[in-house]
Amino acid sequence: MSESTKTTRRGVLKGAFAAGGAFLGAGAARATGADPAIMELQPWSQALGDGVDASPYGMPSPHESHVIRRNVEWLTADPISSVNFTPLHELDGIITPNGLCFERHHAGVAEVDPATHRLMINGLVDTPLVFTMQDLMRFPRENRVYFLECAANSGMEWRGSQLNGCQFTHGMIHNVMYTGVPLRLILEEAGVKTNGKWIMPEGADASAMTRSIPIEKALDDCLVAFKMNGESLRPEQGYPVRLVVPGWEGNMWVKWLRRIEVGDQPWHHREETSKYTDLLENGTARRFTWEMDAKSVITSPSPQAPITHGTGPTVLTGVAWSGRGSIPRVDVTIDGGNNWHQARMSGPSFEKSMHRFYYEFDWDGSPLLLQSRAHDSTGYVQPTKDALRAIRGENSIYHNNGIQTWLVNEKGVAENVEIS
Amino acid sequence: MLKYLEAAILTCLVAAPVIAEPLGIGRPALPEEVAAWDIDVRPDGLGLPEGSGSVEDGEVLFTDQCSSCHGVFGEGTGRWPVLAGGFDSLESDRPVKTIGSYWPYLSTVFDYVHRAMPFGNAQSLSDDEVYAITAYLLYLNDQVDEEFTLSSDNFTEISFPNEDSFFPDDRLTEEAPLFSETFCMEACKDDVKITMRARVLDVTPDGGGVTEDGVVVASADTTDKTSEAAEIEPADMAIDADLAAAGENAFRQCKSCHQIGEGAKNRSGPQLNGVVGRAAGGVEGFRYSNAMQDAAEDGLIWSPETLAEFLEEPKSFLKGTKMSFRGFKDEADAAAVIEYLKTFSSPEG
Repeated sequence: MSESTKTTRRGVLKGAFAAGGAFLGAGAARATGADPAIMELQPWSQALGDGVDASPYGMPSPHESHVIRRNVEWLTADPISSVNFTPLHELDGIITPNGLCFERHHAGVAEVDPATHRLMINGLVDTPLVFTMQDLMRFPRENRVYFLECAANSGMEWRGSQLNGCQFTHGMIHNVMYTGVPLRLILEEAGVKTNGKWIMPEGADASAMTRSIPIEKALDDCLVAFKMNGESLRPEQGYPVRLVVPGWEGNMWVKWLRRIEVGDQPWHHREETSKYTDLLENGTARRFTWEMDAKSVITSPSPQAPITHGTGPTVLTGVAWSGRGSIPRVDVTIDGGNNWHQARMSGPSFEKSMHRFYYEFDWDGSPLLLQSRAHDSTGYVQPTKDALRAIRGENSIYHNNGIQTWLVNEKGVAENVEIS
Repeated sequence: MLKYLEAAILTCLVAAPVIAEPLGIGRPALPEEVAAWDIDVRPDGLGLPEGSGSVEDGEVLFTDQCSSCHGVFGEGTGRWPVLAGGFDSLESDRPVKTIGSYWPYLSTVFDYVHRAMPFGNAQSLSDDEVYAITAYLLYLNDQVDEEFTLSSDNFTEISFPNEDSFFPDDRLTEEAPLFSETFCMEACKDDVKITMRARVLDVTPDGGGVTEDGVVVASADTTDKTSEAAEIEPADMAIDADLAAAGENAFRQCKSCHQIGEGAKNRSGPQLNGVVGRAAGGVEGFRYSNAMQDAAEDGLIWSPETLAEFLEEPKSFLKGTKMSFRGFKDEADAAAVIEYLKTFSSPEG
């Protein structure tokens, strides 16, 4: 496979430079002749296109067919219990399109019939209750934009730069507007007993995913959501209903939510003991590391999004987020951290949501070492990977929010590197 | 830090529960409905069903229902989880986090096997069968002897060695103050050196570097400035140590017929030292099938690619081969084994 990949890359590389030829040095040069894109009549300018209903559920242009989720096969034993990655390098703004939100399943995508789906509340409540989907639609709803990041996002990079592309290093995240019922309202309907200190959401899929969540969080900002970006949840995101646990690791956002038990102690189930605990260098392990630390990444230029236009005006962009608040500021460096520049934030700024930043600069064609550094609304500043390693070692898998470096060479090609 | 406290106080105010009148939505859950779904078990034994199961019964069940992924001894095949062993590895460079070496509570094993295993046939085991498999996993991890029977009566008496190694998240006190210090904006470094490069490792999947419409990644620049990276061999023979380690596990299936390493001899299959990159049918003194000899005459070379095809389904790749192995169901296992084979690159092993 590596051989054929290389062949493909080389072939495509050649193609890219041929195709990009018109743009190279465009900053200074004039067109050498009349542009055929203007001089020739394009087929779409002459013939009629499809009528309405040709595509009752609209799809992206075929020219965008490369904008897809991708999997790293060697990461997991089987695609049924695996993960794929959001193509961050192709996206802009702050909202992730539904079909591009990364997937993480433990027993494949459950194909749930909403008519036979139930949500049960039991345990330390006054009245154990059962809700149909229709019932859930009768509660007051809220709309909120939140990021969902897998705690293992960037987990492959603890020992050093490994995967070449922000899709793979940072793509276990998406940012979506949810419509749902505050979990508080549903719990109050059942009546939480005074000794009810924890909840345990459970999924209806064959992994029957469970996590323990403290009642304070449950009553604060959790949602029982049935819509994402205005339409029903996608099956791979938990259709017909999932839990939203803002700012906290994605594994807790139980999909295909069928039951919530209230208890007086945590359950210490598999995903909060064997997994999602952070092993430190001395053999001890942190548990209940729920909040996602402030983090950012430059999405372009990046290994999958090289500079192809040559020298001159260049747009650098990326995303930043924090599980503890909003992102008022991102700094960017193009010289490996010697000098930093405050980036320009653009787009809505919500708590526990992705933020978009830009830094426009005039590229002189010399190699660049790009980094971004997020500041969150609590005053936390995104650390370097080495600063994290100094505290945690390299075995913790989860919660790697260290600063990412891309090397851009004089041809505009970018690579995942680490620097001193 | 002050900002932290402010944020915390704010959160508390917002989180204060509001007592609201019920809306009267939903219906009471019947006790039998709750019983049907409420199968969770806690460390204190809450939720544990009545029942028992022995190590002896567990071994039969485990071998039958679990070993195809987890290995007969819980050693794991391919990339499937290793369930046993790994003691004293947590402080090493390659910790092996198993039930015995890492998990804090026995109840987690019972709960997880009960709710989610066997993979693809969840909740098919009876309570007694879950007890038996749990007992066998305790035995594989040296926590009980082979005569042991686990039951609802003695369940909570068992504790795991690593229970006390877990502590609550302390990032807010241990890390946040360090990461909230003043930050540098200008002339922050004397010089900058590249210490590691991803492309040298070359583990990014297809499409990672390339997009279909011709935008690309890979460059011709392969000068590498790092000592770590420089030790990695080029091209096809570069070895992914993690993958090779996984391959060593998966290779157990091959060991009954194939030897590898120092002093490896031909058995019912040829010895495999140096197999990656050599001509098919090339081991001296081994009697190959006619099919293999024909393929060798046609110039078949065991590259990682041809090996992968062969190992996927040997008898369809090479009709008439003597190799009785039915093939790896999972491509990842084959890839791991090939990676492992690559570590024995010289003919002598």
